[in-house]
Amino acid sequence: MLGSYRAEMLKLRKRSAVWVLFGAGLVLSLIFGYLLPYLAYTTGDDSPSTEGVPRAEVLRGMLPERVIDNTIGGYPIFAGALALVLGAIVIGGEYTWGTLKTVLTQRPRRGTILGAQFLALGTVIAFWVLGIFVACALCSVGIAAAESGSMTWPSIGALLQGLAGGWLVLMTWCLAGAVLAVAFRNVALPIGLGVVWILGIETLLAGVVSSLLPGLKWLTNTLPGTNAGSLVFSVTTMTPSDAPPGVRDAVGGPRALLTLFAYCALFTALSLWTTRNRDIT
Amino acid sequence: MDALVEVSGLTKRYGDTLAVDGVDLTVLPGEVYGFLGPNGAGKTTTLRILTGLIAPTSGDVRVLGGKPGQAEVLGRTGSMIESPAFYPYLSGLDNLRLLAEYAGVARRRIDEVLELVDLADRAKDRFSTYSLGMKQRLGVAAALLKDPELVILDEPTNGLDPAGMRDMRRLIRELGTGGRTVLLSSHLLGEVQQICDRVGIINSGRMVAEHNVNELRGEQELVVRADPKDQAQAILSRFGTVHQYDDTLRVAVDSSRAAEVNSVLVGAGIAVSELHMTERALEDIFFELTTEEKADVG
Repeated sequence: MLGSYRAEMLKLRKRSAVWVLFGAGLVLSLIFGYLLPYLAYTTGDDSPSTEGVPRAEVLRGMLPERVIDNTIGGYPIFAGALALVLGAIVIGGEYTWGTLKTVLTQRPRRGTILGAQFLALGTVIAFWVLGIFVACALCSVGIAAAESGSMTWPSIGALLQGLAGGWLVLMTWCLAGAVLAVAFRNVALPIGLGVVWILGIETLLAGVVSSLLPGLKWLTNTLPGTNAGSLVFSVTTMTPSDAPPGVRDAVGGPRALLTLFAYCALFTALSLWTTRNRDIT
Repeated sequence: MDALVEVSGLTKRYGDTLAVDGVDLTVLPGEVYGFLGPNGAGKTTTLRILTGLIAPTSGDVRVLGGKPGQAEVLGRTGSMIESPAFYPYLSGLDNLRLLAEYAGVARRRIDEVLELVDLADRAKDRFSTYSLGMKQRLGVAAALLKDPELVILDEPTNGLDPAGMRDMRRLIRELGTGGRTVLLSSHLLGEVQQICDRVGIINSGRMVAEHNVNELRGEQELVVRADPKDQAQAILSRFGTVHQYDDTLRVAVDSSRAAEVNSVLVGAGIAVSELHMTERALEDIFFELTTEEKADVG
């Protein structure tokens, strides 16, 4: 297993697409978490981009005490979409390049190889979360120093809880991309379907259900995006008014946590069963 | 001698299509076995089953005493199935490094196989920049990485230029003489004739022949053009059964006796204008068997 894991890490480390996705996630987090709010802050109270929010409030959103909000606030939707793409390209690439047959004719069993792939993806996601956190932390420290703001940090527990929650959210979407890639033995289709689901369908469904079919709210409350948003709300100080578009607080934290674990287990089990039982043609 | 590969009644069905139909196949230790057949005959499907990539619909398959796809079996088998597939963004060296990680092979073995396939100079270049011949050679290097007892190569000379084909033939021959067992699929019959000990011929999913190459090609014959023909035939009959083809006589004798035959004929005052050995090419037999099969099916 260790050899397979090292092989998977080598593949991920040397693949430029992985770095591009990480870079995109990082840049998006910094733009929406710090650059745009800071521009709004420097233009004063009259800025339409702050929608009348006082400058002091805008500044507080960028200080170290809100670093976790800025790190993982966009994970349920935007970074989640990037994580789904990561899962789809890593697993789907094995089918489109035909490398799965090369890998499966080495020594390890199919389940071991898939396990190593998921473990390596989990590691990359962890580095991804930590990398964005460090970048956000540096920005918040810089802004606090420049604007004489508070240097108060969240507690270690809150930081760890936030980072772990963010990791789980991204991992759920990453595994969703992986299971779609296994199902379709492809890269493009899983990305297309997955991204459309994350960015459009779930929000649309939630909107339709809440306005036209309130009786089906239980159904939308089981969807991964809804639970990802709820988990992020539960581990941050984010409020619905400053949440990114599409991120909703619909269920409690513990329920969201269990639901995301269940999705991870389901996606892993489906991928494993399919990989172990299907012919590699 | 226990067979390394034993296949009996192997069948693989895809919906209504029978890709492999009751194939029996035996590969003995240390031999180079040629697996022949036209495109779509079921060669690659059979090899995929042997490497555990696809499951048979029915039949018994034993590879190195175990089931195909078992970790123990895969660890002792090196294979290149269909076209060589590697990560295009990685160098040849990195591709082998990660396969070595999967297989638990020491790093120094990577240098050995790169030297063996003459790819050491380009090992650090990306796989996507390799020519087809280099890709094939990397595929063979990957197959040899585990220093396997059994090497399964599916069309290893595909895309190679004549020099590359010659080098690949030499390499496969060396593998065979080194005590390794090689199962080689090919549609290049001259190549198989040169390097294989035994061949199996598959057509439309069915095995139509499995023989020693020399047995399959039959006995060598001495072709004689001589005058007078009647007297020559009488003398030749002392050496073996004589057949007449057009205006030549053919007698089944070993090539080592050709000079003796010539001497006896000339000594009897017979003018010999042509004398040479002949044997059927594998290609003739292949077309004979695969065409018959098609005619039977049709």
